[in-house]
Amino acid sequence: MQRYILGRLAQGVVTLLVLSLVVFLAVRLSGDPALFLLPEGDTSQEDYEQMKKNLGLDKPLYVQYSLFMGNLLRGDFGDSTIDRRPARDALFERLPATIQLAAAGMLLATVLGIPLGVLSAVKRDSIFDHGAKFFAIIGMATPQFWVAIMGILVFGALLKWLPTYGRGGPEHFIMPSVVIAWSIMAGMVRLGRSSMLEILDSDYIKFARVKGLKERLILWKHALRNAMIPLLTFSGLSLAGLLNGTIVVEVVFAWPGIGRLLLEGVVRRDIPVVQATILASAFFYISLSLVVDILYAYVDPRIRVN
Amino acid sequence: MAVTPNVVATGVARSGVLLQWVKTSKLPWVPISVLTVLLVCAVFAPLLAPHDPADISILDKKLAPGETLKFPLGTDFLGRDILSRLIFGARTSVLISLSALGTGALVGTVLGIVAGYKGGRTDAVISRFADAALGFPSILVAMLIVAFLGVGIGNIILAVAVTVWARFTRMIRGDVLSVKQLDFITLARVTGVSELTIMRRHIFPNVVNTLMVLTSLQVGQVILLEASLSFLGLGLPPGAPAWGIMVAEGRELILDMWWLSLFPGLAITTVVLAFNFFGDWLRDYLDPKLRQSR
Repeated sequence: MQRYILGRLAQGVVTLLVLSLVVFLAVRLSGDPALFLLPEGDTSQEDYEQMKKNLGLDKPLYVQYSLFMGNLLRGDFGDSTIDRRPARDALFERLPATIQLAAAGMLLATVLGIPLGVLSAVKRDSIFDHGAKFFAIIGMATPQFWVAIMGILVFGALLKWLPTYGRGGPEHFIMPSVVIAWSIMAGMVRLGRSSMLEILDSDYIKFARVKGLKERLILWKHALRNAMIPLLTFSGLSLAGLLNGTIVVEVVFAWPGIGRLLLEGVVRRDIPVVQATILASAFFYISLSLVVDILYAYVDPRIRVN
Repeated sequence: MAVTPNVVATGVARSGVLLQWVKTSKLPWVPISVLTVLLVCAVFAPLLAPHDPADISILDKKLAPGETLKFPLGTDFLGRDILSRLIFGARTSVLISLSALGTGALVGTVLGIVAGYKGGRTDAVISRFADAALGFPSILVAMLIVAFLGVGIGNIILAVAVTVWARFTRMIRGDVLSVKQLDFITLARVTGVSELTIMRRHIFPNVVNTLMVLTSLQVGQVILLEASLSFLGLGLPPGAPAWGIMVAEGRELILDMWWLSLFPGLAITTVVLAFNFFGDWLRDYLDPKLRQSR
């Protein structure tokens, strides 16, 4: 178990290092980094020389990289070239909004997706099953940005039930988190259904039935526990989709999170902000995947032993 | 070719065999029709579109669908014809998605074959990179590329290709691992056939099925990603006829002109659904075993 965790930890660190190297090289390959990283507007020759010195551009590449990494580890991503304030401040301002939204989306997907998949398997070939399948198939094929806009049209503008933009009370969470959750939920329903079907057919479930255990107990305790293993792997894999969805949804609903910060950074070529948001998202993404993998090993003893 | 193994059988009534195959293979007709329409639109866009997709006409602006027969799906805030823009959008979508998927599939397959056949350290390095690329959020990768290389069609193709190659590498590598155990490979090696020839002539034909199934299952995902990137303004320049851009243009005006965003979104959904169903069918038809390992 310990070896497994250490191995996964090392893999995560390597991925982050590779990414930092990619970002570092990208800044240097796409022109004069000192010019790239200077604020827009009136900057003097001294500013330019100062920036060159800070980046160590006269020194060999590996020295520059260690300077770059040193800054990163101290949480210094450079100043935004447009707002002229540390990119870190912008990042930390926006981070809570994104974490809340992503967590709400994931929670909703899990809370609805797993029971839906289980019920779909239990009531196989019923109207409910077909409905759940349809729901899942559509969820996988519709672009999230479009669902979000149609949601704004229907529930915001026509029915006036929900707010259409920004972050505020709990009602502001409903539409964005539903949009994020839908495509993840689609996968959970499909996977939950197929693994439940397999398990319900197994000997130990038949035995539990013969023993006269309550059906509810069999389903939600004995069967679901084993069906959770593939579902847990899936939630690890769907973290990438979660992040993708959060970026798009933040843009549509004008949600003040790091997804929008990143897009603004990309559009305005504000490299320090792009650096900060991409590396921070990657860090969160990798840490979360690590947590899921450890949970996975905990639930499934076969992983621990091998 | 591999899709129609029993059609190749020569005989007196070759067309009869073909007819038989069409009947027994339970072809998914609805997805096939949708995809045919898509391809025809993409190839013959200039002939099919009733108007120039970029034609601005102030007199005809903001027409709702059905208001005049001249513009069946309405016009936008500049008087551009929505139907024509949708047809040209099909062309953009097919062009970008297929180039990106083609590049990703090519690179991914080559790396998958090399990793699976060579094994050892080569395999370890390729597989680690594939693992890292596989899990990484695709929009993040695309944004990184666009941030440094700028907005443009080439960069969006690159961005999508970078996010898909690893899926091919992982699947193909798995296939190669089992193929290379087979006797004919050992035989080829013993008789002194070069590694390159073995990989190209003997291994590759045996992974073609997987490659086709995987490609058809990925098209939908790639179209969605391309649309998302266009929507975010990271692909083609604003105003270009791409479905993602059309949805984005309609976003601010959703209250006045609902049709601007509705139709391109429906087009994306329909096409992605068709590709997904077609991919499912192809997978079941070519290799029922794959059903589990997706």
